This record gives sequence, C-alpha cells and structure tokens, in this order.
Amino acid sequence: MKKILLTLTLVFSTAFLFAQQTYPVNGSYDVRPGLYAFTNANIVVNANQTISNGVLLIKDKTIQSVGTGTTIPKGYVVIDLKGKYIYPSLIDAFTGYGIPEAPRGAAAGFAGFGRPFVFTSTKKGAYSWNESIRPETEVRSIFTIDNKKADDMRKAGFGSVNAINRDGIARGTSAAVTLGDSRENEVMLNDQTAANYSFNRGTSTNNYPSSLMGSISLLRQTYLDAAWYKGQKEEYNISLEQFNKQQSLPQIFEADGWANILRVDRIAKEFGKQFIIKSTGDEYQRIDAVKATGASLIIPINFPKAFDVEDPIEAGNLSLTQLKGWELAPTNPGVLEKAGVKFALTTFGLDAPRDFWANIQQAIANGLTEKQALIAVTETPAAMLGISDKVGSLEKGKVANFLITSDNIFKTGNIIFENWVQGKRFVVNKMDVTDLRGTYSLNIDGIGATTLKITGTGGGSIAAIERLGADSVKTNATFTRNGDWVTITFNLKKNPSGDIRLSGYLTGNSPLAFNGSVFVNSNATGNWSGSLKEAAKEMPKRDEPAKPNATKGPLVYPFIAFGNSTLPEQETVLLKNATVWTNEKEGILQNADVLLEGGKIKAVGKNLSAGTAKVIDATGKHITAGIIDEHSHIAGTGGINEGGQSNSAEVRIGDIINSEDINIYRQLAGGVTSSQILHGSANSIGGQSQLIKLRWGKLPEELKFAGADGFIKFALGENVKQSSSQTNSRFPSTRMGVEQVFVDAFTRAREYENALKVKGNNVRRDLELDALVEILNNKRFITCHSYVQSEINMLIHVADSLGFKINTFTHILEGYKVADKMKAHGISASTFSDWWAYKMEVQEAIPYNGKIMHNVGITTAFNSDDAEMARRLNQEAGKSVLYGGLSEEEALKLVTINPAKILHIDNKVGSLKAGKDADVVVWSANPLSIYAKAEKTFVDGISYWDIDRDAQVQVAQKNEKARIIQKLVESKSAGARTQRPTAQVAPRLYHCEFEEDYWAEINKTEMEGVHNHE
Amino acid sequence: MNKYISIAIALFASVSIAYGQANISPAKAQSEKIIIMGATVHTGDGKVIPNGYVIFEKGKITGVGDATVVKFALTDAKVITANGKHIYPGFISPVTELGLVEIESVKATIDHSELGDMNAHIRALIAYNTDSKIPATLRSNGILMAQITPQGGTISGSSSVVQLDAWNWEDAAIKKEDAMHISWPASPRGRGGFGGLRGMTPGGADPNERTQNAIADLNTFFNEAKIYAETKQTVTNARLAAMKGLFNGSQKLFIAADSQKDIIAAVNFAKNFGITPVIVGGDEAYLVTDFLKANNIIVVVKTPHSLPTNVDDDVNMPYKNVAKLHNAGVTVVISYASSDGFWRQRSLPFVAGTASAWGISKEEALKAITLNAAKAMGIDKTTGSIEIGKDATLFISAGDALDMIGNKVEQAFIQGRNINLDNLHKQLDKKFSDKYGIK
Repeated sequence: MKKILLTLTLVFSTAFLFAQQTYPVNGSYDVRPGLYAFTNANIVVNANQTISNGVLLIKDKTIQSVGTGTTIPKGYVVIDLKGKYIYPSLIDAFTGYGIPEAPRGAAAGFAGFGRPFVFTSTKKGAYSWNESIRPETEVRSIFTIDNKKADDMRKAGFGSVNAINRDGIARGTSAAVTLGDSRENEVMLNDQTAANYSFNRGTSTNNYPSSLMGSISLLRQTYLDAAWYKGQKEEYNISLEQFNKQQSLPQIFEADGWANILRVDRIAKEFGKQFIIKSTGDEYQRIDAVKATGASLIIPINFPKAFDVEDPIEAGNLSLTQLKGWELAPTNPGVLEKAGVKFALTTFGLDAPRDFWANIQQAIANGLTEKQALIAVTETPAAMLGISDKVGSLEKGKVANFLITSDNIFKTGNIIFENWVQGKRFVVNKMDVTDLRGTYSLNIDGIGATTLKITGTGGGSIAAIERLGADSVKTNATFTRNGDWVTITFNLKKNPSGDIRLSGYLTGNSPLAFNGSVFVNSNATGNWSGSLKEAAKEMPKRDEPAKPNATKGPLVYPFIAFGNSTLPEQETVLLKNATVWTNEKEGILQNADVLLEGGKIKAVGKNLSAGTAKVIDATGKHITAGIIDEHSHIAGTGGINEGGQSNSAEVRIGDIINSEDINIYRQLAGGVTSSQILHGSANSIGGQSQLIKLRWGKLPEELKFAGADGFIKFALGENVKQSSSQTNSRFPSTRMGVEQVFVDAFTRAREYENALKVKGNNVRRDLELDALVEILNNKRFITCHSYVQSEINMLIHVADSLGFKINTFTHILEGYKVADKMKAHGISASTFSDWWAYKMEVQEAIPYNGKIMHNVGITTAFNSDDAEMARRLNQEAGKSVLYGGLSEEEALKLVTINPAKILHIDNKVGSLKAGKDADVVVWSANPLSIYAKAEKTFVDGISYWDIDRDAQVQVAQKNEKARIIQKLVESKSAGARTQRPTAQVAPRLYHCEFEEDYWAEINKTEMEGVHNHE
Repeated sequence: MNKYISIAIALFASVSIAYGQANISPAKAQSEKIIIMGATVHTGDGKVIPNGYVIFEKGKITGVGDATVVKFALTDAKVITANGKHIYPGFISPVTELGLVEIESVKATIDHSELGDMNAHIRALIAYNTDSKIPATLRSNGILMAQITPQGGTISGSSSVVQLDAWNWEDAAIKKEDAMHISWPASPRGRGGFGGLRGMTPGGADPNERTQNAIADLNTFFNEAKIYAETKQTVTNARLAAMKGLFNGSQKLFIAADSQKDIIAAVNFAKNFGITPVIVGGDEAYLVTDFLKANNIIVVVKTPHSLPTNVDDDVNMPYKNVAKLHNAGVTVVISYASSDGFWRQRSLPFVAGTASAWGISKEEALKAITLNAAKAMGIDKTTGSIEIGKDATLFISAGDALDMIGNKVEQAFIQGRNINLDNLHKQLDKKFSDKYGIK
C-alpha cells in the first residue's frame, strides 16, 4: 500500500511538471528542471529527528529524498552545506496574509453618537439578515499574493501561512498558501483549511450586535438557525447553507484572552463543537481553566516591551497587572507546554515578523523547550490546517519548503541564509561570503601605518582603527561591505582632521589583501593597501550562558492589584460579643455571637461555644448579613447594553461575567456579598440578568449564585425611547410605542409557545422568544427599569392583559405615586435612596419614595446602579432614617433581606440565621452610620475582605511593584527595547444609562494601533 | 427655665403651620434677638462647647459660650431651648453648579459652561436661579451657602458665594466674584485607547505638546492681563479687565489640577504672578503635601465618595484623602463636585462625616465644610464659624449633622433670618402619604 502511494505521488509530481499551468506565457517558456542536492547538512527532518551529514534532494517543487549516503544522480546542482542546518520552513496558522484590509471605517468611524441605524443587512444577495454572519466569504476567492509581506515572513523563516479574512462573527473559510511569489493558482496548499469565527462584529454596518453578549447570542442563534434550515423549505439562505457545509471543516475561533477562551468553550460544549482558539497569550494566568477546555490554541508571542521607568512619577502610573504581565507573559508558551496544551505559535500581533526570533528565545529562556517551539511552528499548525501531508517536516514527496541556517535555529546568533519556498530559493543572508575578520596592517597615503581590526558577524561587520607611533590614536570605524567591496570611515581628529574614508576591494584571498583609494573630507588624497596580519581567533564555542532563572513573582488571582496568590479558604469562625442585626424576629441582639462553619451560619446567639472555631473578638462591633445589591453593572465586559434592537431578550449577562474587575474587591470592602448584574436600559426588553456572589479571585463561572431563579431586565421611559438622540430611528420613540413593544413581544411569544407544542412542527428555535416564554411560565422574572407613574401603570396593565407577572420595578422613583397599585399586584421595588434631578423623568423623584413604598407594604430595597455608591449601600439605607424616619432595623433590611426576597434568595442569604449562607459583615460601628467601616466580609464563610489583611497586601504589592521596576531598570541597561509607561486604561464603569457600541470602539481602537482586550 | 421652654414650643408650632404650603418664601430679616440655649455648639473653628449658648441680633452673632457658667436676662429675646441638640455654622458648598442647572439631561436648563477658552469675563452669579427647586433640598440638610461656579474653557470665569434663601441673585450674593476658576491643562497620563482619554484630547497633535501649548496660552493671557491691570488702557478688553481682581488680591484664584506634576506646575504658575492659588480636585495632592504646606495652599478635594483613580490604589483612598492632607498640615476644603454636583450637595455633610470616619476628628471634618471653605473663598471674616461679630448663619440639628442617622435640621438661620425648611420633596411626601393614609 505504501509503495502504491509513493508511486502515485511520483506520477502526480511528474505530471505536475508537464501540465504545470493553465496560464499562457508572454514570450519564451522558461521551464527549468529544478534539480538540487544539498549535501553535508544537519537536516532537521522534524522535531524528533535530525540527520547529521545528510543529503536533501529536491526536484522542482518537491522533496525527492532525505537521507545520508545518498548517491547524487546526474543533473543536480550540488550545494555543499557543511556544518549548516536544514529545517522545514515555518508555518503560521493565523495571518491576514493576502487579504485586502477591510474598510473598517464604515463600522468604526461612527463609534458612539450619530451612527446611522441599520437594522438588517444591506448586502446584495440572499444572505444572512446580519452582515456579521458571513460564512459565504472564501479566502480562496479573494486572496492575492502580497510580495512585500511574503518577503517579511520569508525572512523570518516562514514558508506557508493560513490566510484568514478576519472580519465578522462567522467569517467563512480560510486557505493555506505558501509564501511563494508566483501565482495564486500555484501557492495554494489547502483551499479550505477551516471555518473561522470571532465575537467581533467587524465591518458589518448593522447595529446588532453592539456588545459582546450580543455577539455570543447571535452566534448561538445562528447554530440553531442553521439546524432549522436543513429541514425547512420556506427560505433560501446562502449564509446558512454555507454555515452548515463548513461544519465538517476544522473550526478556528479568534478570541482575545483566557476569559474569551472559556466563553468560546461554553459555546463549543453547547453545540458539540471543538474549536482551535487563537488567543492573546495570557493563558498562563488561568492555565488550569484553559487546559480544561481541551481546545488547541494558536498563540502569539508579542510579549510586552519593557517599560521605561526612568521617570519615577511615570513609573508610578504602571499597574501591578502591567508589571506582572511584563514579567510573566514570556512564560506563557512554557506554561502551556508544561500543562500539555496543544498549541501553535503565530507571528500575529508582533510589530514585525522579524521580532519572532527574539521573542521565541525569550520564551525558551522562560521554560519553552526548543523541541516544542519547533513543533509549534511546524507540525502542529500543519496538522491544524490539514496540510501535514505537504509541509511541516522534510520528507519525500512533501513540498520543498525549507530553511538553510548557520546553526541550531533557536540559538542566539543563528543566521537564516536561505528560505526555499516550493523549490524556489529566496536568499535571506548571503551564505558564501569571505570571512574578513582579523587584524590587518594598513598603509594609507598621508596617514601612515595603522592597524585595522574587523570583527562582528556575517564574516565581519564591525571595524576599529588604531594609528601607531607619534599621533597614536584608537577609534571605531563605520564598516560597510558589498560583496568584495568595502568602505571604512573614521576620524582621527588631527593629522588629518576630518572624516577619512577608505574605499577598496579584495585583491587576494591568501592572505586577505585590499587595495583602494583614500578620501579625506570627500577629496581623493591617495591610495591605501592592507594585508592580513593575524586571522581572528576562532572563539571557543561556548554554550549560551544559561540565563539565570530569574525570580519571578507569583501569579495572583485575579491578575490585578489585590489579587491573592493563594485563595483564602473557608473557615470555622466564632465572631464573639457583638451587636448582631439578625433581620429575623430576634431583632438586634446585644453582646451576641455568630458561628460560621462549612460556609454556612451554624448558630446565632449568646455565649456560643467555640469548639474548634477560630474565635474573633467582636466586642464593640456590629455584625450583619452581607449586603445585596439588586441593581449592579460591575463585573461585566464588552458592553452592558445590547441596544441594537428594542428586544434583546436572548442576550445573557451570564455570558460576559468578568471576574477580574477591581470593583468586586472594592465592594467587598463595603460589605457587599451578592450583586444582581443587570443588562442596561437601552431598550424595552433588555437581557437576562446574572446574580453573582463576590468571590474575589474565582473564575467567572464560579462567581455565579448557584440555584437562583433567572431574571431579565426590562426598561421604560427616556432611555428606551432614545431621548438623548436627536435622530432616533429605532422603534419606539415615545412611551406610547414602548407599550406596543411589550404587547407585540408577548403576543408573539404566546404564539411561538403554542407552535412549539404541535408535534412534528419544524419551528425555528428563537432564543429571544424562549426567554419570553419562560416569563409567561413564571420561570423567569422581570426587573423593570421605570421612573414615572404613567409608564409603571402601563406595564402593570400590559402584564395583566397578556398573562405575565412583574417581579420588580427598579429605580421606580415615582413608585410613591402608584404604591397602592404595586402593592395590589405584589410587585417589589428596588430604588435609590435620594437620587433626582439628573434627567427629566426624575424631576419629581423624592428621597421619601422608599419610605412611602415600604410603609404601604411593598418589599422595598435600595440599590446602587453605580460602582461607587455600591460600596456605601449601608449608608444609603441609613438615609431612610433621615428621609422618612424608618427604624434602624427596618432601614438595614432595605439592603439585605429585602433585596434577597426580591431576588428569591431569602432562603439562602439576607439574614443571620442558622443554615443560611455564611455571607456576613463585621462593622466597626452601627452599619447605618457614616462612621461605619466594613472590617471583615465573609462570603460562604470565606474571608474575602479583611481591613487588616488589606493593609498588609498593600505593602506587599508595593514591594512587588518595586521589585519588578528594579528589574525593568536592569533590563533597560541590558539593552532591552522599551516603551513609555502609560497608565493602564481605566476599566469602564457601567451604569444602566450607559450605552456604547463596544465593537465600533474596539475596531476603532484596533485601527489606531492600541490594543486593549478588556 | 419653664419660661423659655414654652416660648420654644410656641415657635415650633408657628413654623409647622406657616410652612405647609407650595410657595416657599425667603424669610424676613431678623427682628428680635434670639438666644439658643443648651445645645452642643460646634463652632466650626475646631471647638466644641458641650452645653453652650448662641446669641444673635440683627443678623450677627453677639454671644457664644458655655451655658453652664453665664447668666443673662432672657426677657428681651426669643429663646430656643436645644438641650441635647447640636448647633453648627451653616455648611458651605464649594465649587458647585447649583442653580446653574435644573435638570442635568435637559440642555435648556443648563447654564454652567460657556463657549470659548479664556472666559475670564464670565460671571456665574447672574445665571444663578434662586427659584430652582434644588437649593431648598440642601438647606434642609444644613447647607446654607454655596460658591456658584462656572465651568468650561481653560479659564471658566468667576464664581460668587451666595446664601440659599433669596428672592433673586442680587440679594443672594454674599461675595460677588469671589474667585476666578481655571482648569489646568492636564498632562497626559494614558495614551488613550478604548475607554481612555481619547475623548478628552481631540486633534492629532502630540498630547504633551498640546498641554504645553495650552499652558503657554494661559501664561500669555495672564501676562497681558497683568499689564492691562497695571496700565491705563485706551481699548477695553472685557476678558483682560475681568482679571484685575486677581492681581490686586480682591479675588481668589481656584485652579483645578489633579496629578502631582500638574499641581506643582499650577501653583508655581500662580506664584509667578504673585498669587496664592487654591487647588481644586487634587487627586494626587497627598503625594506633594510638603510642597503644598510650604506654599500655604488650600486644597478643595473632590467628594470622598469617589472611586480611587487607579486600580492599584488603596480601595479606601478617597475616604482617607482628607486625613492624609490634613495630617500633613494642609488646609482642606471638602466639596461635592461630581458630574451631578448640584443636587448631590445635600449629601455634603455626609462626605465630611466620611472624612472623619477615616482619620480626622469630627470638628476638623466640620471645619472642612465651614471655616476652611470660607477662608478659601475669602469670606472668613464674616462667616464660616460661630464667632461673635460674624453672620448668624447657623442651624440646629437634633443629632450629629455629619451622619445621616443623626442629621435632622430643625431650625436654620441665614444672617439671623429664620428660614423655611420646607421643600418640594417634603411637600410631595406629604401629598402622597396623605393619599395612602400613612405617616
């Protein structure tokens, strides 16, 4: 069988030679045999096999044989590579090579205000409704050879690449091509390597999706649509048809950062896919989670440049994340290797492909093995792209893509001499240059006897001149060489003064000798000659000094300031002798204890026995249940609003939880333990909410409050009718229209639900309607942003007439005007303590609102909607004492048990009662008072905030930063490339009014060359 | 003893009857001497008199002291018994757009930012709306004066200090054009990018260069203004003319600057013109306290209820900021400047409370919203503390006015006038509580 295959290959390649191309030739045909023999080389066949003193035979574009003792047939051009190396040329699995730059301006230029509203696709043809779903795009149809880029890549040692059209969410197929310079038809290795995806809307002009969660939802819906498409006859859709066809190809997903790797993985699991994920090189920060996805990765090695820390004030702007990122990023490939994650390396993200070698050496110095490095640029990408039969190793029958190098390719000082692509030679550095290095005696007219010393690389690149005798002087010279011609320029200060230029050529090889002309200040003044006095001493080959395994700081979780190198653990704790606000019928207990065990409250009462518990004296302190923020927008990423449509019930905050948000820690410092992360209020039907616990340092999925009911955000009023826009063209534009959005949505949802019940119907699963059906069935609950009484009244009526319930009105600043109606419908209220005057619809918002609703009998909470205020919700509750005279006990409930009831989690949290979660805060004083500080905050019995430990952490992290800054100073003195330290871009703070077009901003930023992935 | 208790009760009764109406009129001038007895007097200059008295007549304070050691006739005065209660000087809200904006999102109601760059001639006072519904919601929490301040441009214009119970801006004014306000051209920190400073630095020039150019422009303007002030002019220039007060010392200079480099540059700039500026904002002022102290610089800090500037900052840094400055010897004024710093001013007492919780005494925190503020604005000779000869601008609170669970303003006086503490919110509260039959 094997023989037959080989024969076939031979026949094929022979046939290839004669029926080469369909293209006619303008002039005489120039078909050459292309027979080359490379002898005496160290041939690195692949990462596991190296042949010493081997012979490589190629014929035209193909490798004919690799081995030792090969008899070289007649007709071959023999190239003697004594002492040199041959490597398979490298493969980059992720490039935009040969793809025209997408005109991103269309989408990006309009970031923010004034962007025209484009609801559905304007692309001609029977394609997807959304322009970012464009699987019909095929690189093979749009690819053009780009010789300039090919040359850059070839010089860096690459021979083939995967060309991807990086535009859109479903991006269509990529193609693997060689970096040859002939014709598109000839460089193609695999015309359909993979189907490609990302979360980025790209050049699509459609408003939807405007956020990361919108992109995730659109992709999810596309999988469902494609499945439905197979069994329907109503619609012809090229995009869905192509999408289905491409499912058999490898699937490459461009996702920035480890958190997005996890997001991609969740989609993969949901739809039974396995993606090859191109990420950004931060995987070391959460290697276990990345490994657990089982995905293969394509990772860049664009490690951050050292920061220039000369100016201590500027250096002070550098964050712990930036500093540790600089120190640890180069460990990423090594960490991945050690974890056993399969990965390819890409030049993507480097300033220039030539930086690849310096960075890969850095990666090797930081734990990546040379073997794995080679695999990651040959075998692995070849396998990912389905081109292992053609490239990636040096074997008979494969494409003649190989490198000739001076040394082990990973060694510092190695020179890539030639890069052969499809049997065509590209010279990178001239191989056969005379080694001029040594010391010469010169005779220069008018100057006298001098000595010239030539050193450096590539047969000589640095020169120094020394004049002997009277005016003895030593100076460095500029040395340029062009073949056998040399130019040496120097300045001896006097006798003569001025620049002296020696221009000359090689006259003899044994010994080496020169002749030429002398110019002083560009005037020809005579002749010079020189001859070798002493050849350069062969420097004893010494191994690279093993780079000192410089100490590195520990990883911290999350990877920002105040992250912990080891996560705090659950404790058994007895908090002793405090004022305990139970929120239960026991009321406020004096001199009482609270026992935490196994993540739960074990007991509350007086004189509890400690047992094995750690005892904390809380004399003079106050203990309460953890604060629950019913309305928060922290810990999200990629936009908190999906405002592209009036109904975005399909989007899920749960898809975009960001565990690395400093506000989690800041709010723990304010006693917050649980937060409901809500979609914003840009549209009438927003997205699905996510309840989290503030488990600082855990992964996004681990923050989620297990077993809680699902909620969804609705909104009314100024935001949803886009009052701040002068040119709104998204329906609705009035409160009248808002009513009809709800009527329409729930009417359709009811019909959809009925259609689903009919057996045998091929009903298109619609994630938007699914969410509404859940509401109709009391499986999902509404939190509705609302301000004025008319709209509140309206939604109550719509709900009554269409058969759904409203769980919560949030903001609800005119709730006091319709409190009786809310009470009658059992609707809860989550409001602000005292906000008003910031917009028209709050002109009659009053700080007595909470008190009135509470006194009418509505379950009332105070929320933040603001990352700053969330840290002081206890004091916001205190304002109900000022405005309305609530009792202190009732006041505290506004931010603890009441929001717990509103969120249906009062059986788990919100009060101090045996059996509930140990989410507990120790305060320095009455928690409603402005003088109260949260001293300890426990979540699940784990101390995530401790005011004393925080002080220690601050000192430790200050020292850690100082250590790294010192290292940066040393790195700069050692000649590292540096960048100006710039303050890390502050994370965006979301509140529900905040509307942005996340993708437009990202793409604009990318265009401007600023990369920031969070 | 019995006598003045009954007087006090009668007084309260008349208050609640007279004030339950939609129109809230400014109070009439003080007609008779008032003596407040028995309260804890927080004088605003750092002192506390546990069982004190305050006497005022014709709008001025005529007596203050320890009620346990003095004796005087109570017959010729209204006596208010305030045992167990607290007396504070009226709080002063610095650098605020109060009365210059009614509804933040409605452009027609916004009057705080003028077009142009060197707007020295712009005067906030004349746009101050005494009929705004907002000042009344501040008075009822003890804020009785405010520095109405324009925004926008490099030089924003002049602020004026007003009292919050007036028919029109003219009688509201306590000190007209008390200060000129400058936004110091900030040196760039980040290189912009997503969510960064991009929006703030338009144009393509190098941000550093842009900053340097802006400072040079400012310097030119000051130089010309100084010469304009010193010499006789034939051509009138309203912008330059408006700068005169800075050079003769009749007007203060407030400069908003946040980074340590900018703060030092701003102070040195002003000193070159013989002016001791007040620094506003001063995020990084705590890093240059020696410099600030040596130059006698007062810093008006942003609200302590802010998030830290940098991710790596102490999470409680804004809370501790006042203490860091005060303990290093810098005079601090606490503001409630923020994007919606007008209606939020009613929480000014509480941000002072926060500053106290995180490292200074309550009396020092009080000083930061009374006497220190008056000093910064140049009105400390007449107001800012409870001292004989100063305006009787003060109030009685049932509890600790810096704490929301203590603040309960029962009576307030502006220049001796017993002001109405009703406001829109109390009226709506009453309207709907009545509807539901609840309290």
